[in-house]
Amino acid sequence: MTDTLPGAAIPNPLDEAAITAAVEEAVSAIAAASSLEELKAVRLAHTGEKSPLSLANREIGGLAKEQKAAAGKLMGSSRGRVNQALAARTTVLEAENDARILVEETVDVTAAPRRRRAGARHPLSTLQDRVADIFVGMGWEIAEGPEVESEWFNFDALNFKPDHPAREMQDTFFVEPPEAHLLMRTHTSPVQVRSMLEREVPIYVLCPGKVFRTDELDATHTPVFHQFEGLAIDKKLSMADLRGTLEHFARQMFGDEAQIRLRPNYFPFTEPSAELDIWHPGAKGGPRWIEWGGCGMVNPNVLRAAGIDPDEYSGFAFGMGIERTLMFRNEVGDMRDMIEGDVRFSEHFGMEI
Amino acid sequence: MRIPLSWLREFAQVPADATAEDVMAELVKVGFEEEAVHRPTDELKGPIVVGQVLSLVKEPQSNGKTINWCQVRVVPEGQEQTLTGKGIDPSGVQGIICGAHNFVEGDKVVVTLPGAVLPGEFHISARKTYGHLSAGMIASVRELGIGEDHDGILVLSRIGLDPEIGTDAMTLLGLYDEAAEINVTPDRGYAFSIRGVAREYAHATGTVFTDPAAKVAAPASLQGGYGVKLNDDAPIYGKPGCDRFVARTVRGVDATRPTPPWMVSRLRLAGIRSISLPVDISNYVMLELGQPNHCYDLDKLSGDIVVRRAVAGERITTLDDKVRVLDVEDLLITDDSGAIGIAGVMGGANTEVSDSTTNILVEAAHFDEVSIARSRRRHKLPSEASKRFERGVDWQVANIAAQRVVDLLVELAGGTADEAGTDVGTAPDAVTIDLPAGYAASRIGIDFTEEQITGSLKDLGAIVLKDDANGSYSVTAPSWRNDLETKEDLSEEIARLVGYDNIPATLPVAPPGRGLTRTQQQKRRVVQALADAGLTEVLSYPFVSKSANDTFGVAEEGGARTGLKLANPISEEHGYLRTSVLPGLIEVARRNHSRGFRDLALFEAGSVFLPDGQLGTASIPPLGVKPSDEVLDGLYDGVPDQPLHIAAVLTGHDSPAAAAHTPRAWDWADALDVARLIGDVLGVELVVSQGSHQAFHPGRAAQLALRSGDIVGYAGELHPKLLAAHDMPARSVALELNADAIFEVAPDVIVAKHISGFPVATQDVALVVPRDIPADAVLAALREGAGELLEDVALFDVYAGQGIEDGKKSLAFGLRFRATDRTLTADEASEAREAAVAVAAERFGAVQR
Repeated sequence: MTDTLPGAAIPNPLDEAAITAAVEEAVSAIAAASSLEELKAVRLAHTGEKSPLSLANREIGGLAKEQKAAAGKLMGSSRGRVNQALAARTTVLEAENDARILVEETVDVTAAPRRRRAGARHPLSTLQDRVADIFVGMGWEIAEGPEVESEWFNFDALNFKPDHPAREMQDTFFVEPPEAHLLMRTHTSPVQVRSMLEREVPIYVLCPGKVFRTDELDATHTPVFHQFEGLAIDKKLSMADLRGTLEHFARQMFGDEAQIRLRPNYFPFTEPSAELDIWHPGAKGGPRWIEWGGCGMVNPNVLRAAGIDPDEYSGFAFGMGIERTLMFRNEVGDMRDMIEGDVRFSEHFGMEI
Repeated sequence: MRIPLSWLREFAQVPADATAEDVMAELVKVGFEEEAVHRPTDELKGPIVVGQVLSLVKEPQSNGKTINWCQVRVVPEGQEQTLTGKGIDPSGVQGIICGAHNFVEGDKVVVTLPGAVLPGEFHISARKTYGHLSAGMIASVRELGIGEDHDGILVLSRIGLDPEIGTDAMTLLGLYDEAAEINVTPDRGYAFSIRGVAREYAHATGTVFTDPAAKVAAPASLQGGYGVKLNDDAPIYGKPGCDRFVARTVRGVDATRPTPPWMVSRLRLAGIRSISLPVDISNYVMLELGQPNHCYDLDKLSGDIVVRRAVAGERITTLDDKVRVLDVEDLLITDDSGAIGIAGVMGGANTEVSDSTTNILVEAAHFDEVSIARSRRRHKLPSEASKRFERGVDWQVANIAAQRVVDLLVELAGGTADEAGTDVGTAPDAVTIDLPAGYAASRIGIDFTEEQITGSLKDLGAIVLKDDANGSYSVTAPSWRNDLETKEDLSEEIARLVGYDNIPATLPVAPPGRGLTRTQQQKRRVVQALADAGLTEVLSYPFVSKSANDTFGVAEEGGARTGLKLANPISEEHGYLRTSVLPGLIEVARRNHSRGFRDLALFEAGSVFLPDGQLGTASIPPLGVKPSDEVLDGLYDGVPDQPLHIAAVLTGHDSPAAAAHTPRAWDWADALDVARLIGDVLGVELVVSQGSHQAFHPGRAAQLALRSGDIVGYAGELHPKLLAAHDMPARSVALELNADAIFEVAPDVIVAKHISGFPVATQDVALVVPRDIPADAVLAALREGAGELLEDVALFDVYAGQGIEDGKKSLAFGLRFRATDRTLTADEASEAREAAVAVAAERFGAVQR
């Protein structure tokens, strides 16, 4: 490519027709340029130093003084038209070029690798937090205690008589030596006793945690499981307050339609005692009542053990299993899934339950 | 407790069409959970009729067996067969092959006709066998599912029956009856009887209860009977072991008579096997009235019966033919020969009734709950009797139950009762409870009417007197309700009978709470952060082996950790409580590997058990009283330290392999990174130094400490030998931290730092140092030497090899300098760098490259 069109004569800057022809030629060449590279060649050919228009422009210097103005005007407007066309074409081609690059950079987003590992909470632990949050929202506090516990806190303080069959029904793990009276807590109720001893009344606490019974692991039993127990001690609390609290909690957990039912039962630490059932409309095999936990009015002997006057204060307590809740709420069919730590189990839940 | 419905109907108004399920649905309202239904017809279907063997032809077979080809009449002679169906002969006589030989022509037997179904989905049909068409089966008790005896077929005359031919045998044997099995809570001993459950059924349904005890005509007093002395010289808790002993004598019984089928059927449905007529009667009365009782062979007794505690070394052979060494606390029934029974638990073999027994002494006694419970536990002898005595038996019913046994022995075993009898003991004081006006209402939240209060309590059998002056009630509990002791107990009874469904719901408002405690929030944040970082939370069991505790619980090679040992572990191998969370996590990792998941990042937050110092207390205080502060402190101090540990195990790669992505293998630094993440979340700096722990690679373990110097954990690559021993992939890494220790030092208030807007001046420096100098130490030296202008320093390269002297390495650091009040000149930055290098040079002989 040369700077002048081959064989082209230098147009006269006063020859409007010739100049217009050169401009037309340049404009059509610009329009014909299909890439930025072609446009660059066109620009050099038509606006470069040796282009007809540049050469014609240079001729102005040699013209008579009175002709200069007319020639300058003609050349100025002509070159302006060419530059305008160049600028417009450049914008168009640059836009096309940008768009093409973006098209070329297209990837298959469905083939994206997962570089970040997806972690997961154990659903029992997530559920435990959710239960705690409901009660914290009601102004209750969360209390905790040791898993290896003194026999007194686990049994005697809770009104389990030393020779009563109820004590044996707890299938307790004892810690050696037996003379030390240490055991693995069979329920989270010892935390209730500790709470009563350590806090001032009124007391509204929820005690979640691990508990232990000497059951072999199978589809419905595990020697280690989780409970949450609630305890309220205040003036003039009645079983109606217990029912109201449980109903409120059940609705937070299972929706506004949730219903509960209380049935008479026996626990050494409550009197009256009740079994708590929850109506499960979505239960496998059709809607039915499901046993959820136990509850009742705190036995006066338990209050006495913690130095609280049963004539002045009364209280209620309730307890549910977290595994059991997860089993019927989330349709976990086999206890072992919650125990074995298979990553598929937790990862299925992720951070939610 | 299993309740045969036919039995319950004798004393409660159970609708004729009610099923066991219907009965359980009523009983659950008053607090008896449903357990199971026992219904023979679920497995057994007719036609099953009484037949008479007309002829029996013995036909020897080529296999050496002899079979009987029998003609059996199943319709009375002269009547027509009304049953129709394939294989039922219109003549009323069935041809049946039978392999048993314990019957003869003329015997009446049970015939299962074609179309009948026996337990185990055994369908009876006419079929060709041994060259005959056998149209039915002559049944044994085992085939009918009503007994274990399979020696031969059931010959009805041997169980005292001579029914008409064609009688429905299922009616005859009580097979249309069914039982509801309910769970009886340990406070309600009285409900281990048909009497108690019938009363509860009446409570649940508001129908009439007929007391079986009231149907027995027992004499008001007994005199002149067998000599009995109550000599308890060591009562437990001051309560005599036996406070009533009724003895009655029945003579001339035939102990070999069969027990009538109705009784066998009820016992069977109640879960008790028929043994012999006297034993069956004894059990029957226990089930009906709740009073355990015992039949002695009177002729085997010698001298007066004495109820006393055992003497050291005394022995007894119990009914199960086992010799038992007795404890001085065991309460015994004795005669001149020594112990003849462990009171309320099990009788002795020597005075047992047998087929040859003709004279029987009936015992119906009342024993102390605690004494019986201890003997039962001591001898591991749970029996129907001990179950009832431990929970409490009605003191008043002993005489009535004894009379009922006597009546049945007379009626069914052909005996004659002596008029003389024995009844010794002292009735316990009746329990009278004061129920203040309005108390039950305030405890339950129902505004009970007076009628509801007195009506409910009277229904229970209590005597209720109202004090009109203050509106309170004086309530005397019925003799069978030893569980009623307080006004709270009475409140429950009123609520139970009025119905728990009537309790309204009110929501109490707790005082303003403080939300989660700081520690609770810290734990949550760490656990969530680890999950967010891609780790998976697991919850493993805290049961470990001693060797796992030794390896993971102590840093020093060969060191042993004192762990808590369980007295009754599920498996001896895992008999200890963990002192480290890692053994459980490694086990979980291994399980995942075996299931095909090799790229893992697992963590657990859980307690470990670190006994140190005082372990428990030698005694525990009594119930119902607040212990003194000193005693309470002892209890608190005796509970071992159980800090929260957080541990993680990483194996394989950091992410799944994928197109255009190469996963990275986890390495020791990842373990350290996870540990640092925990520190970062809590705002606590974990000081890292080269560590040594027997569970970790000796050269790739970091010790993590607080600024105070307290060690809080380890992170790094697990020891190759340990990994191999646990079948874990090589290069697996792990960490464990004492979270509680870190929580404690987390800052409460973080003071803000001034942010300088002046430009940064960066300077790099490469230092050659001896190879064994930790990078962190060099970095610390640089930081110290660089002074206040240093904003940050980071190690960005480690190099050893060509160009570096043997035994040395080159560490490249990037230093960032910035002033808070001016733009630094290049000279100022260089000066600070040289100062930093000078300290490193002085401390470690570092030379700039």
